[in-house]
Amino acid sequence: MLQVVFIFFMILTLVTASVVLITKNVLYAAFCLLGTFLGIAALYVLAGADFVAVTQILVYVGGVLVLLIFGIMLTNKKGNKDVGKNTIESGSTNQFWGIVVALGIFALLFFAIGRARFAEIQQSLFEEIEQHSTVQQIGVSLMTNFVLPFEVAGVLLMAVLLGAAYLSKKTKD
Amino acid sequence: MDNSFLGYYLLTSAMLFSIGLAIVVVKRNIIVVLMGIELMLNAVNLNLVAFSKNDPTLQGQIFSLFVIVVAACEAVVALAIVLKVYEHFQTVHLDEINQLKK
Repeated sequence: MLQVVFIFFMILTLVTASVVLITKNVLYAAFCLLGTFLGIAALYVLAGADFVAVTQILVYVGGVLVLLIFGIMLTNKKGNKDVGKNTIESGSTNQFWGIVVALGIFALLFFAIGRARFAEIQQSLFEEIEQHSTVQQIGVSLMTNFVLPFEVAGVLLMAVLLGAAYLSKKTKD
Repeated sequence: MDNSFLGYYLLTSAMLFSIGLAIVVVKRNIIVVLMGIELMLNAVNLNLVAFSKNDPTLQGQIFSLFVIVVAACEAVVALAIVLKVYEHFQTVHLDEINQLKK
């Protein structure tokens, strides 16, 4: 049963990601990215990472994707009206070499993963543990061992807030 | 729970990374290129989470949380820059944006 669910979400993730690559319509790509992010969140849940999955949905689906769609809408004032359609299309170049490079990197990773026997190494590294909620442990770790990166992330978010507000302000000519 | 899915996680992650790379190389709309970068970051996160399964200290999950934070920051700043670029050049086609100042 778990295998069926896992394979379903894996296929959902990969198919929607491929649609982002294949489609020409930018808005279709954005909505397929929604499926990819939700599929990845489900894969996180199946790996026992519930807090990361909820963060993924909150940040990517609720934040980044909405920002991307706003970006699409704000950067297309004309649309594609001269052809009689109101679609926003993305051009593409280097199709052959782009696909060749991507397939090459995939082949490299595939053979490396196939040769490395990560599952055996990982099984000898960690004992199998009973899965339970990770929220409390992540909270405790963030406030003890990882408090410096946590504070640095806060400063980074503040700088990004100010920088984005300053950058996107209209300039006077 | 055993970690017998690890190979499939790594395979999914490798395919997502390759698709993201292909999007970045092939597509010429800035927003779609940003989507490709997000896909590559997600592939990396998937690896981190898959490897930290059964890890009692959860270091991989915490690292992936920080990756998510930095990815969100990157998307915000990139979109602000895209809005300025559109205001200046009136296009988001990457091949037509080849000057720092017009």
